[in-house]
Amino acid sequence: MDLDLSEDQEFFRDTTRKFLESEIPVERVRKLADDPGGFERSWWRRGAEMGWTSMLVPEEYGGGSLAGEGLLDLVIVAEEMGRLVSPGPLLATNVVASAVAERGTPEQQQALLPAIVSGDVIATWALCEPGGRWQSDEIGVEALAKDDGFVIRGSKEPVEAGGQVDQFLVTARTDEGLTQLLVPADADGLTVTAMESLDLVRRYAALRFEDVFVPASAVLGEAGNAAADVERQLQVALALQLAETVGAVDRIFEVTLEWMFDRFSFGRPLASYQALKHRFADMKMWHEANQAAATGAACAVQNRSENAPAVVSSAKSYVGDHATFILQECVQMHGGLGVTWEYDLHLYLRRATVNEVQYGTPREHRERIARLIGMDEETQ
Amino acid sequence: MTDTNPNIEDVEAFRLRARAWLPDNMPPRQEGVGHFRDFDRGRELQKRLYDGGFAGVCFPVEYGGLGLTLEHQQALDEETIDYAMPLVLNVPTFTIIGGTLLEFGTEAQKQRYLPPIIRGEEVWVQFLSEPTCGSDLASLAMRATLDGDAFVLNGSKIWSSGAHAADYAICVARSNWDVPKHDGITVLIVKIRQPGITVEQIIDTNGGDEFCQEFFDDVRIPVENVIGPVDGGWTVVRGLLAHERNAMGNASPLSSGRWLTPTETGRSDLMELAMTSGQSANPEIRQLVAEDYALRYVQDETTRRVGTGMASGHLPPTAGALLRLMGARAGVRRSDIALTIAGSSAAAWHTGDPAGQMGSRYVGRQAVEMGGGTTEMQRNLISERLLEMPREVAADRGVPFNEVRHNAMPARGNKG
Repeated sequence: MDLDLSEDQEFFRDTTRKFLESEIPVERVRKLADDPGGFERSWWRRGAEMGWTSMLVPEEYGGGSLAGEGLLDLVIVAEEMGRLVSPGPLLATNVVASAVAERGTPEQQQALLPAIVSGDVIATWALCEPGGRWQSDEIGVEALAKDDGFVIRGSKEPVEAGGQVDQFLVTARTDEGLTQLLVPADADGLTVTAMESLDLVRRYAALRFEDVFVPASAVLGEAGNAAADVERQLQVALALQLAETVGAVDRIFEVTLEWMFDRFSFGRPLASYQALKHRFADMKMWHEANQAAATGAACAVQNRSENAPAVVSSAKSYVGDHATFILQECVQMHGGLGVTWEYDLHLYLRRATVNEVQYGTPREHRERIARLIGMDEETQ
Repeated sequence: MTDTNPNIEDVEAFRLRARAWLPDNMPPRQEGVGHFRDFDRGRELQKRLYDGGFAGVCFPVEYGGLGLTLEHQQALDEETIDYAMPLVLNVPTFTIIGGTLLEFGTEAQKQRYLPPIIRGEEVWVQFLSEPTCGSDLASLAMRATLDGDAFVLNGSKIWSSGAHAADYAICVARSNWDVPKHDGITVLIVKIRQPGITVEQIIDTNGGDEFCQEFFDDVRIPVENVIGPVDGGWTVVRGLLAHERNAMGNASPLSSGRWLTPTETGRSDLMELAMTSGQSANPEIRQLVAEDYALRYVQDETTRRVGTGMASGHLPPTAGALLRLMGARAGVRRSDIALTIAGSSAAAWHTGDPAGQMGSRYVGRQAVEMGGGTTEMQRNLISERLLEMPREVAADRGVPFNEVRHNAMPARGNKG
């Protein structure tokens, strides 16, 4: 968490936490593991009333943030959801809301934003493609101009909440370049197939576009010129993902620290062994660094800093490596209990692992940093 | 810091005054130029700032400062980002020594010592560690014996950075051996160049000579040089360490000017080496250069987070140990990355090839895990103070120091 939250933000965090703790404690999350959707629409609407879908949307469409820095408010929700491994398309829907708010026509905004804010419409971003491709130069889904519209062909996977949403934002390619299209979930020629997923409640789907036609009015932003929009969406997604991971680690670090005082071996609490204390010191340092990195990334994206691309990739690669490492250490501290289904730790490790590899692995983001800081300048 | 100027200058007016003054009076920033402890350069730059009315921004007016606020200092830091600044004087002279003197010094000490610090005339170091005590600082064995109006000091200090080129030191000594270790310590102001003090430079594994060892033979220090109570100096040491942690978290208002952040420096030395050695297309090398970039970014953000957290009270002062540990681990990782990028050139290189430094950098790698307290001590601090885990067993707790088993006194200067 950012250590410098405003009073409003602290109040917002507290009410969000109380709501999540009472409405969707981890026992409830476990039950939702058997639910095909992974979350309930009625619950999502109540979350929307709390502001989960309004922070990146202008007031004229029913949105609004605490102090004009919506992303810095929204990462508070993401972090709290991480603390309870909550379900729900927070990242997915907000990335689309943000993109439509920033680049949509008045008609697109009017059609989507009020319904997203109320929680009635859920959306997601279809970026990734089979084979772990997600970067701008790897997009293979085609959008072919035809009859005052576009025909979409190709596959997108994994798509978060792909089987649950009403609306997709599809990143495709035309001859001119990247083009983004708003595609309803019930479009003709679109097949949505549920995938298996590591997270117990976060669902993914594979999308198959077989000559799906959308009118020209479905284009978000400028056809053939969406690279900057895609970069912006990626940054928003990463800021939310990082906050959620940090929240998940924060909770498990607390729980494991308590365990160290409660568990006795050889007549002493585990917390009294220097070999273990030193591992906790390292974990504390990495966790503090993770939080600093996530906060820095959110600020860079909020402020549209010039170096935001390298900053989010730095945070993503660092947190990606260290969050799961801390959680595995916490598993080890718990001994056998840590590897049981019954104990909650694996829910968090699942979430953090999913976040580590979604929207780019740490390794891919380091490669992105190498490009961004100019390592290709002399070799091209 | 304590008293602010009654006719306080508006921050923006101060900023504009600095902006107008700097181009004709301060040289441009030159990264990596000059010895790390180039005190003479620091003195010269600080004198220029003083003459221009930009020195000691947050020091009280009565001690030669400007009596302005942290906001003024931050404005000056922003304006001077492209200029050479006496950064070498920030730690310990301005932040740790200045802060400790302001907090614990007598009125006479503050009147005597703070103005020359602010004018850049007198540079200070710390005499803390000894050859027989490092991590366990409170078991120090420098002997301070009261003789009339002076303490007579005998013993040895070590690891003081740049003592050979400095003027004064804050020195911690044992004045009472019949009480537990924390209760018999006295802190004194010591003029370094005086009869009885021998300063020797230590050559480290990189060939560097920044560190010094000092030998004290019957050095008389007048009692008016005692900071804080006689035998009660451990309180001063704790205060001094708190000022050090603040400085480390970039949270000291007494600091002036700042280092560039990783996103401001452009190409790092590691990236430069990867590029010039023709490895910029090697995927593994690209990973390592990017990892270094990310690490520097995260370290910078962590310093900001922990520094502001300590300043605002969200984090306790001991949170500084997190920054020490992180800095050390990052430094170690960077040395490893440097060695990998240098490859065989780290072992044998043509004269002038920067890859040649990477081998010796690697050989001296562990120094960063020791400076300012070993990483083992930082881990103890973090686990015991921040996480409140049980403290390690200590055989000397509550035992008079002369009954505690401790290391033998150093060979030279041992009059014990």
